[in-house]
Amino acid sequence: MSDLAIGAAPRRPFVARHPSVLIFLALLALFTLGVTILAEGFGIGVISTSFVKTLGKTLCLCLVALAMDLVWGYTGILSLGHMAFFGLGGYAIGMWLMYARTELIVIESLSAAPLPPTPDEIRDGIANQIFGVVGASELPPIWAVAHSLPLQLAAVVLVPGLLALVFGWLAFRSRVTGVYLSILTQAMTLGLALWLFQNDSGLRGNNGLSGLQNLPGLGGVPQSTVSMWFFWGSALALGLGYVLCAWVVSGKFGSVIRAIRDDEARVRFLGYPVEAFKLFIFTLSAVIAGIAGALYYPQAGIINPAEVAPIASIYLAVWVAIGGRGRLYGAVIGAALVSLLSTWFTGGQAPDLDLGFYRIQWVDWWTVLLGLSFVAVTLFAPKGIGGLIDLITERRPPDRHGADLGPEPGALREQEADAK
Amino acid sequence: MILRAVLGLAMLVVATVAAPGLRAQAPEAPIQHLLQEHGEIIAKSSRRTIGPAIEALATSGLPEAQVVLERWQAKEMWFHEETGLFVFAEEVDRSTIKIFDIADGSEIGDVPDDDYKQLKPNSGIRGLIGGALVQFQLSDPNPRNRMRALNAIERRPEAGHLAALRGAMEGEDNPAIAARKARLERLLTMEFDESEEARIAAIEGFAGDLGVDVRAVLNRMVATRRGAAAEAPEGADIARLLTPGSEDLSLADAYGLLVSAELAAPRISRDAKRAALVANIENGSVAGIEVATLGSEGARDLAYAALAEAGVVEPVATEAQVAEALEAHVFFERYVAAPPGVAQAAQVALGAIELRLGLNEAADLALDALSLASIYFLAAIGLAITFGVMRVINMAHGEFIMMGAYTGYVVQLFVSDYTLSILIALPLAFLVTFGAGVAMERLVIRWLYHRPLETLLATFGISIALQQLAKNIFGTQARPLTAPGWLDGSLVFNDVVSISYIRIAIFVLALLFLALFLFVMNRTRLGLEVRAVTQNPRMAASMGINPDRINMLTFGFGSGIAGIAGVAIGLYAKVTSEMGQDYIVQSFMTVVVGGVGNIWGTLLGASLVGLLQKGIEWMNPSNTLAAQTYMILFIILFIQFRPRGIIALKGRAAEA
Repeated sequence: MSDLAIGAAPRRPFVARHPSVLIFLALLALFTLGVTILAEGFGIGVISTSFVKTLGKTLCLCLVALAMDLVWGYTGILSLGHMAFFGLGGYAIGMWLMYARTELIVIESLSAAPLPPTPDEIRDGIANQIFGVVGASELPPIWAVAHSLPLQLAAVVLVPGLLALVFGWLAFRSRVTGVYLSILTQAMTLGLALWLFQNDSGLRGNNGLSGLQNLPGLGGVPQSTVSMWFFWGSALALGLGYVLCAWVVSGKFGSVIRAIRDDEARVRFLGYPVEAFKLFIFTLSAVIAGIAGALYYPQAGIINPAEVAPIASIYLAVWVAIGGRGRLYGAVIGAALVSLLSTWFTGGQAPDLDLGFYRIQWVDWWTVLLGLSFVAVTLFAPKGIGGLIDLITERRPPDRHGADLGPEPGALREQEADAK
Repeated sequence: MILRAVLGLAMLVVATVAAPGLRAQAPEAPIQHLLQEHGEIIAKSSRRTIGPAIEALATSGLPEAQVVLERWQAKEMWFHEETGLFVFAEEVDRSTIKIFDIADGSEIGDVPDDDYKQLKPNSGIRGLIGGALVQFQLSDPNPRNRMRALNAIERRPEAGHLAALRGAMEGEDNPAIAARKARLERLLTMEFDESEEARIAAIEGFAGDLGVDVRAVLNRMVATRRGAAAEAPEGADIARLLTPGSEDLSLADAYGLLVSAELAAPRISRDAKRAALVANIENGSVAGIEVATLGSEGARDLAYAALAEAGVVEPVATEAQVAEALEAHVFFERYVAAPPGVAQAAQVALGAIELRLGLNEAADLALDALSLASIYFLAAIGLAITFGVMRVINMAHGEFIMMGAYTGYVVQLFVSDYTLSILIALPLAFLVTFGAGVAMERLVIRWLYHRPLETLLATFGISIALQQLAKNIFGTQARPLTAPGWLDGSLVFNDVVSISYIRIAIFVLALLFLALFLFVMNRTRLGLEVRAVTQNPRMAASMGINPDRINMLTFGFGSGIAGIAGVAIGLYAKVTSEMGQDYIVQSFMTVVVGGVGNIWGTLLGASLVGLLQKGIEWMNPSNTLAAQTYMILFIILFIQFRPRGIIALKGRAAEA
């Protein structure tokens, strides 16, 4: 808000206005360096390859949480469908990984035949390998460009981007807001998941795409090295994504989208094209989510339609809310903390809690705890974990003498802004 | 006749000479005589050749024929290996059998089984024997056997059954069986009668009949075979002409017809071509073309053509020749199962039946849609209160449905009488979820009024916690909630239109809830206060209404209805911890599509969603997942055009 007030004063450099960006980047670099030294691939091998993958995946989840924060925390659109974009990015890259690797296998097996293989034979062989499991033997049309890495990389950005653009245009144009929009986005991701679940969708139904951890043509490179490459890639993407998001939410543009969050009608009356702003943020965040997905699934190794089910997107909202929405580092903290804790608890590593009359096994009870702590955060700490940072920096909210920050239902209220 | 007599005499001589030690077996008995005539094929016991023997027995008119067929089928018939005479036999011990005369069944005595061989008809032959036995069973004094015979005929009708059936129609005293016999007789007449007029008359007699049996017979009768010829064929048996490349006949199939009619040279598959090339590799090349260059279909075609020229392989048609051949011939379908006149009559009758069938299927679909709509309505009506009236987004609504269903399950664990247990479960489920709703409102929701997004998230937290809790308590597998016996079965209108009683019960329940909702909201003090509080809480408070209490009760009421809906849905689907999730998105859709805050809107929304889903499923019946996808797509688009739903509140009420 202070940006508006000092609009006339000479602008200080971006980094100076947002010291948190530098701090975040420094911490991220330190973390990456630490993991590199400790991991098997290039360092002393204290951290196992599978844990490096978990950390790399967590970085991707942080990136998609950033996107969610952008769209929800800053613009006030509670999208319950962002994991759909994340999954679409994963499917886009997964198609190439699977196709290219199968192609190598098929060519190798055909090279033993007396005649050199024709392109048709190779194509049929690939289709049989990939789709034998769903009882088809032809490549569906959506695999038309699966052989080309650049085109599938473009799809990572374009498919989620276009879906978000069309969906957002339809939704914002007809002024669907608030909870209605949330339900609509949830319906979108449910529809997508149901579509992917069919065998006719051409993406192997509920089998999903698998074997994505193996890079085509790099069979000789050990997974410990590949995992480090993806870890670095994820860290780089997170760093760039953080800077991009920080840049988007700073300055005049950032002020407008926060104003939309607090009182959409008032911004519209001031002459801003609210729909265009929302659509831009929605599409941008979908693209970021798609890129995060494209980095996540090669580390996970498998993608199936359950990954885009509505529940996944709601967990995304849970992370951002627990971390603290409306601040970028909050989203990152929430995603990292909750997803790592989830892995720890559901992985069966957490020690059972003996209450004397009942033994709590965290594999069963973690979700209950998560759900309840989420309720608690919503009720008692709307600012999430990020609110703790305010205690250190002693950031003071503006005093509005008890008035609401916006008249619309769902706008921040004075008590909330004051709550520490 | 003379021949037969001579043969019989010869047998007699052979028998008496070959088996001197055995008491005379009356080989002159007509039944033995008949069996001996077919003795060779009976002893051979092969399904392909046995036909005439069974036929002869069945049509012989001999009184013993039925017994012989039955015991043959039961593997109780043996024959003497030298004389070939047939006897009935029972095994006494491992090496001895007790034999009986085949004509009158009288006991002959125990003999060692070395000379005798058992007839062991395989299942195929036993089936044929069964078919032949049908005519005897049709007049069996036991009605159950007659029914069984009718079933057997219906399963595999044959021309021979017609005469037997006609013979057995008179003297039938059981009206139900008489009706079935008459119907079956018409069906068989339609398919097998020798006179075309009689067949056509039978076909016309079935006009508009929806029975599956009639359709099956008619479909068999209009069976066609495809053919190809150079000239358009004349004749009444041509069902229709086909165009190659159309939906009914692909180009490849059309060419296949030409090849099989030997009107064109065969084409070669890619695999066969490759095999031919591989077989002719000499010194790393095929017909002078290097193997390494054969990495494309074009190069392989050239190599194959070179081979054909050298006379090593058969020449095959080129694409141009294929196109030319397709152009030069006509393709048609020919009636093969019935004479053309009959087939055409059958086709006409089938067309008329299919039209009526379509109408009836539409009616059935409408019933299905109605019952689906009432399920959605039941699931959504609680939401219509909490979301529609109070504007509280309760994502745990689906879990309240689940709690209701599990309440029913637990009640059934203790009360084994299903009717009683459902009667207990309904109010108990209301109480349980009412309590849960009130607790949730007091503890969570009341702090979050006017912050719908936060409400959504907090209730979602509760939803995942409740779901996991149910999983921890009841396990992950589905639990049964059994409907009372009087709800089993379905109301059948005809072969096409039917609806199960459970669905009717759910429909009635939905109507009851609609009435209850309307009564509570419009006719009671509580409803008045609820409407006052939702419109203007401060004004309502100053009129002496306690808004906190009203909110609590309203939320409890909506949640309680969800619990009862859970019992109803549990009867119809399985009870799992995730069952609420299946309905929550659809329920919100229903409320939003219908228009928030209006119960009639919810009703319309449920009808629309149910109809739509069934309609899409009907267009693509193999795929309910796709149906749901398209339905969601439709709803997203629908909301574009009517963002406030079908029935939009206007004026002040819309701003509440």
